Amino acid sequence: MKPRPSRTRRWLAAGLWLAAAAAFPAAASALPVWMKLPEGVSTYSGRVDGLFYLILWITGVIFVIVELLLLLFLFRYRHREGRRAHYTHGSNRLEVVWTIVPAVICVVLALLSRSTWADIKQHLPKDAVQIEITAEQFAWNIRYAGPDNKFDTADDVLSLNQLHFPVGKPVVVMLHSKDVIHSFFLPEFRVKQDAVPGLSTRIWFEGTRTGHWEIACAELCGLGHYRMKGFVTVETPEEFGKWLTDQAAQAAAEAAPAAAQAAPAAVPQPAPAANQEAHS
Amino acid sequence: MSTVAVAHELPPGVHPAPTSFWRKYIFSLDHKVIGKQYMFYALFMLVIGGLLATLVRYQLAWPGRPLAFMGKLAPEGMPGGQMLPEFYNSLFTMHATIMIFFAIMPILIGAFGNFVVPIQIGARDMAFPTLNMLSFWTAVPAAVIIIWSFFVTGGAAQGGWTSYAPLSAILPKGQTLWLLSLTVLGISSLLTSVNFITTIINMRAPGMTFFRLPLTVWALFITAILLLLALPVLTGAMIMLLFDRVLGTTFFLPKGLVVSGQPWANAGGGQALLWQHLFWFFGHPEVYIMILPAMGITSEILPVFSRKPIFGYRAMAYSIMGIAGLGFIVWGHHMFMSGMNPYLGTTFMISTMVIAVPSAIKVFNWLGTLWGGNIRFTTPMLHALSFVSMFVIGGLSGIFMASTPVDIFIHDTYFIVGHIHYVLFGGSLFGAFAGLYYWYPKMFGRLMSERWGRIHWVITFTTFNLVFFPMHFLGMRGMQRRIYDYSQYTHLKGLQPLNQFMTISLFVLGIAQVILVFNFFLSMRRGKVAGANPWHANTLEWQTSSPPPHENFVGAVPSVYRGPYEYSAPDRAEDYWPQNEPSGTAGAHAH
Amino acid sequence: MFKRSLVILLAGVASMWLLACGGGKEEDSLDEESAPATSTASKGAAAPAPAAAAAPAVGGATLTGKVAFEGTAPKNETIKMEADAYCKAAHSSPVYTQETELNSNGTLKDVFVYVKEGVTGSYPAPTTPVVLDQQGCQYHPHIFGIQVGQPLKIVNSDGTLHNIHALPKQNTEFNIGQPFKGMETLKKFDKPEVPLRFKCDVHKWMGAYCGVLPHPFFAVTNDQGTFEIKNLPPGTYVIEAWQEKYGPQTQTVTISGNESKTVDFSFKG
Repeated sequence: MKPRPSRTRRWLAAGLWLAAAAAFPAAASALPVWMKLPEGVSTYSGRVDGLFYLILWITGVIFVIVELLLLLFLFRYRHREGRRAHYTHGSNRLEVVWTIVPAVICVVLALLSRSTWADIKQHLPKDAVQIEITAEQFAWNIRYAGPDNKFDTADDVLSLNQLHFPVGKPVVVMLHSKDVIHSFFLPEFRVKQDAVPGLSTRIWFEGTRTGHWEIACAELCGLGHYRMKGFVTVETPEEFGKWLTDQAAQAAAEAAPAAAQAAPAAVPQPAPAANQEAHS
Repeated sequence: MSTVAVAHELPPGVHPAPTSFWRKYIFSLDHKVIGKQYMFYALFMLVIGGLLATLVRYQLAWPGRPLAFMGKLAPEGMPGGQMLPEFYNSLFTMHATIMIFFAIMPILIGAFGNFVVPIQIGARDMAFPTLNMLSFWTAVPAAVIIIWSFFVTGGAAQGGWTSYAPLSAILPKGQTLWLLSLTVLGISSLLTSVNFITTIINMRAPGMTFFRLPLTVWALFITAILLLLALPVLTGAMIMLLFDRVLGTTFFLPKGLVVSGQPWANAGGGQALLWQHLFWFFGHPEVYIMILPAMGITSEILPVFSRKPIFGYRAMAYSIMGIAGLGFIVWGHHMFMSGMNPYLGTTFMISTMVIAVPSAIKVFNWLGTLWGGNIRFTTPMLHALSFVSMFVIGGLSGIFMASTPVDIFIHDTYFIVGHIHYVLFGGSLFGAFAGLYYWYPKMFGRLMSERWGRIHWVITFTTFNLVFFPMHFLGMRGMQRRIYDYSQYTHLKGLQPLNQFMTISLFVLGIAQVILVFNFFLSMRRGKVAGANPWHANTLEWQTSSPPPHENFVGAVPSVYRGPYEYSAPDRAEDYWPQNEPSGTAGAHAH
Repeated sequence: MFKRSLVILLAGVASMWLLACGGGKEEDSLDEESAPATSTASKGAAAPAPAAAAAPAVGGATLTGKVAFEGTAPKNETIKMEADAYCKAAHSSPVYTQETELNSNGTLKDVFVYVKEGVTGSYPAPTTPVVLDQQGCQYHPHIFGIQVGQPLKIVNSDGTLHNIHALPKQNTEFNIGQPFKGMETLKKFDKPEVPLRFKCDVHKWMGAYCGVLPHPFFAVTNDQGTFEIKNLPPGTYVIEAWQEKYGPQTQTVTISGNESKTVDFSFKG
């Protein structure tokens, strides 16, 4: 029977563990820019990065141990005149050990990942800014509900490749695609989700600071895939409100003469109605 | 040379060797000749796949810089030598397709499987020699079609090797040929797998029990079962996609598709994700189809050159089976970001984490084999050791993407490309090189040059890491895979120097393979005569002449008395003990 | 045994090739597009009239006219140039779509006027290419005509990717990326078709139309709303004016000798 470790010792162990876990990201900050994850600017980017560095830490240690052992054995047991290899067929005890240890590590990693995954992909926040994004070869059609807070009405605000949202507020994006599969990728926000024709997929994220970033397409979608690029502007709620109002006013101004004229041919909208609603 | 005289020496039931050129070298039924045919086929396609990769990397190092001679070679894709994005898409699609289906699979399964399996189990040939010949000659038109597709209007397939629908349904004609070629090749592989399974179950020599089989045979046996179960799914999916393209069906085309602003004519009712499920149900076992034979080859070579029994033979055999079984329930980890239900993501994450375990068991057993050995650094051994050390990287990097939240960031980035190359180049290809150097003397009767083999290994091993390790860094910066010009993005702007470094390393890597080609061909005439058993190995292929006679074993087939890796047994003068040597014969003092 | 397997093999290979040819049936017609002009010229000539060995009839008549517009023109939309930073930087003021281009004198610009019916004889395609320039993320010209078999030179004058996606109904579709400034591509059409649309998928506001005709009797209205078709031989012709938003209108005109005739059109908004 081992004595139970005292409370201080447990705290000490936990502290050491935490320090070690923090050491790698800290050491990573000294690395050149292309060896680091980009700055994270969403509320969950820290959790994703934390898991990344945790796995890097664990696999890094395993990697070093395995490769060092390999080199050690190669050196220690290299061929020499008169040497005879050790005749053994293995050890069941060792087999059990190196089955259970990796299994435990992997299952623990899976369990640690599970809650983060659930928070990011399985639950949607309430009271979020709603945005609808329809991908097509090779552009992002971005739609806000406009003054009436309803989608698919005349006062919707449409934007092409320009995504604005307020800082510090959760954003829910409803993703669609018109043609092929695209992937909505905001590297700095640790956001990625395929936009699949025939499916509506909801994702959420929340920016932690204002600034300008880019939307990348991460799923091969044709010859223009490499520059299916959009622009992200994260601004204060006031700035965002003003931008949205300006856009709505501009859209209304463009629609006005046509309405006054009451011509049979309405002003053609840039293909808004093609959103498929085939929920699976 | 009287046929009658030869026939007299032959054991009953064995046909005499053919004498005409066509039946001896072209439409041969001999598994050894077919194995060599597959080898030349695979090496030829390996060169093509490598050249395509060089072009891809050229573009990534110097986006848009003209390459004058390519302007003449491929005026459609590279007018004035300047690469078009659609041509770039063709290049990486065809690079992956050719490497996976036309190089790695044929060399591991077609070449080594065909050549080695029947001799290692003590059989005179495969169970169905004619079927075997048909398998190879079905694979040839597949290669012809895939190369031909470069020359049709619109160029070769551009949809990536995964060929995701609906993109693959709306791309130009080259995609149809791609589907056709892989369907044909799928039939070839299916015939081969049936042949292997039958041969290994029914044609083992007396005394060759399942647990006396060399691990290469175990690996190929399980590989053949994986092929048999997984490949029809892909073939079915490809025929469905082919129908979507040419017959107007809509298996993968949901309603309301609008392409380039115009409604797509045949759309409705289909499911885009169905393709991914079908593809990856095949695609994940496929990864193991490509790595298991290399694992088998490594498990074969490590004991020979450590002069030591393999550590944990049964654990090795069971872990191969474990990988194969689990390999069928992890396909969803390719689809975490696809819009598949996120609850399924958790399930697939757990099964994926579990599949890491049998691979870990294998690595530890390889280390155990080296421990206490008497290690000789021959070229086959150097490549087998490279397999172990590089597979460790490929395996560990897989854990990153198995974790669903981490995969959010690294999915479809260069991190994945780095991972797959550590598994397929660092793993499968080093395994193939190891097998090539190891069995070459058995195939051609002469040894390859050790010195040039080492030079080839040093350069390949070093530059391989210089090319592929930085891919992880590119992925960590968020560089997406399959993009023609990353400099379009602000967050990727600083990556050009690193990309140039990788490309220059690849040039060196490519040039080093010329050494292999020369060594391969020159050694056929100038190499040291090998003799029956140059490596002092135990398995049956080394207990017959090099190259073996048409019927593999002169006289009766050997009887097997022990497992394949009885090296350095105590109380024996020799440090090896052939499987077919009866106990108690000269030199043996076994209990 | 061996013979039988050989037969099976050959049959298998043969059926694969049959399949392959079946799948690639359209390849053959695609290839003709890039064939030398001689074959396309004869093909083009077959379309209007089966005139046996007819020399190109060139007359002295000139057809002029004006395309008027009545009513209030719908306002063109502002192009969202901010979708691409390069395009945005190329313009200092807002740019509008060109669906209805109303001149200050109440006429319409960019209406494609051409002889739809009545031309006999065959007209060899000029070798000088028509240039379609992509500049400032817009096509220049927006509306143009080209002869069957005449080269079309597509130029990218922008430092951003344009893909030129032709969406024909009669001719062969093509879709080519031009990622760099100064890139050029030569293309030809081998069947008459009015209108034939071009589109850029990267900048989806970018659209252009061309009329592909087997003869040189076509024109596009200028910023005065006028057009001029020269060298018409005598005959009775159906003249069509096609406008991007309002579609086609036709009139019939008979020409004798070297006279000059006027044909005016009017579109109602």
